[in-house]
Amino acid sequence: MNINHHLDEATLFSYVAGSLSQGMALVVASHISICEGCRERVFETEAIGGALLDAAASDNVSEELNQTALEQALACLDEEEPRLPASTLGHAEIAANTSISRNEVPAPLSDYIGSSLDDIQWKRFSPGFFYFDVFSERQGICRLLKVAPGKSILPHGHHGNELTLLLRGSYADEVGRFTRGDIADLDDQIEHQPLVDGNEDCICLVATDSPLRFTTLLGKVLQPMTRF
Amino acid sequence: MLADMAATKDKSLYIQLYQHFAPKVKAYIIRLGVMEATAEELAQEAMLNMWRKSHLFRPDKSAASTWLFTLARNQSIDWMRKQKYPEYSLETIQEPSEDISGVDMGEQSVQSDRIAQAISQLPESQAQVIYMSFFEGRSHSEIADKLMIPLGSVKSRIRLAAEKLKMTLRGEFSLGDEQ
Repeated sequence: MNINHHLDEATLFSYVAGSLSQGMALVVASHISICEGCRERVFETEAIGGALLDAAASDNVSEELNQTALEQALACLDEEEPRLPASTLGHAEIAANTSISRNEVPAPLSDYIGSSLDDIQWKRFSPGFFYFDVFSERQGICRLLKVAPGKSILPHGHHGNELTLLLRGSYADEVGRFTRGDIADLDDQIEHQPLVDGNEDCICLVATDSPLRFTTLLGKVLQPMTRF
Repeated sequence: MLADMAATKDKSLYIQLYQHFAPKVKAYIIRLGVMEATAEELAQEAMLNMWRKSHLFRPDKSAASTWLFTLARNQSIDWMRKQKYPEYSLETIQEPSEDISGVDMGEQSVQSDRIAQAISQLPESQAQVIYMSFFEGRSHSEIADKLMIPLGSVKSRIRLAAEKLKMTLRGEFSLGDEQ
């Protein structure tokens, strides 16, 4: 897969630190599972976490080992020896058995929506615009969007971060052209109006950590209805 | 040693790793703001995962402490959010790893010391955002609100700090080069 747009270093760092919202973490995990370059960057960043872990015990907490806890752990190992971690193998099996999954739905996302983009129960905003909420968030959204060719999203900016992973089709905006696997990692500095420029529907996974800022009156009027 | 344990499932290696890492994992989780009794349980679960998931450890990609960090992080976040933190899947990178026994704990702790020292030498404003990300679990927007600075400034501070720490890791940045 030819990926041209990657994760911002600050986003990647916060993913590794564990401080991204659930929705944004899902977009990041999905991109990382298909982008080798960003995966290498994650490995590097995780080493910083490793160093912090190593350093953690040096301050106020006693390093004294709890012998009972160790014995309990060993007893657990005896009980469950033959079992393999179902959840992690689950990812691998889904991807290995379903070519669609490998092609279109990254494994972390397939945990939430299944393995095919064609089985999504889309809801309609307006002609040519469909959405599916992956899950609801306290702030912001985590949502699949499907937009028909030639359609354009109303111009908007952001109060916080907006992450978009392209799963099918393409769009172009002020930042560039985005195709499958690309990630648009935007913040409050950017205003844009994405236009679906190919011949097929554009499907993407979008997560924000705060509401969008529509810049036209129409966008502002429609915002409560779309819950963006 | 962790790679050897994964290959042989030798419990005496598990005991040594447990003795080395369990107190560190617990200390890290306590720093996340979890009460001690719960931290104890979460740490224990992370240490059990070290055994259960050891076949996923990639010694050519990361040090044992790094992998333990990801186990401890996921365990804590899953508990705090009551939701599984999305992990990148490993299926595309599960080519059999070469027989590398990994970096030994001596080398690892040298590297960890260098990183810890590099963090302590970061400008206060950068160290603060690193701390708030790793130990307070705050998003960019939350950090921006708390410090009353623009979102863009939070992100540029994180970028600058991450770049310096990664250079330290690669050995391109000797201590004392700092500004």
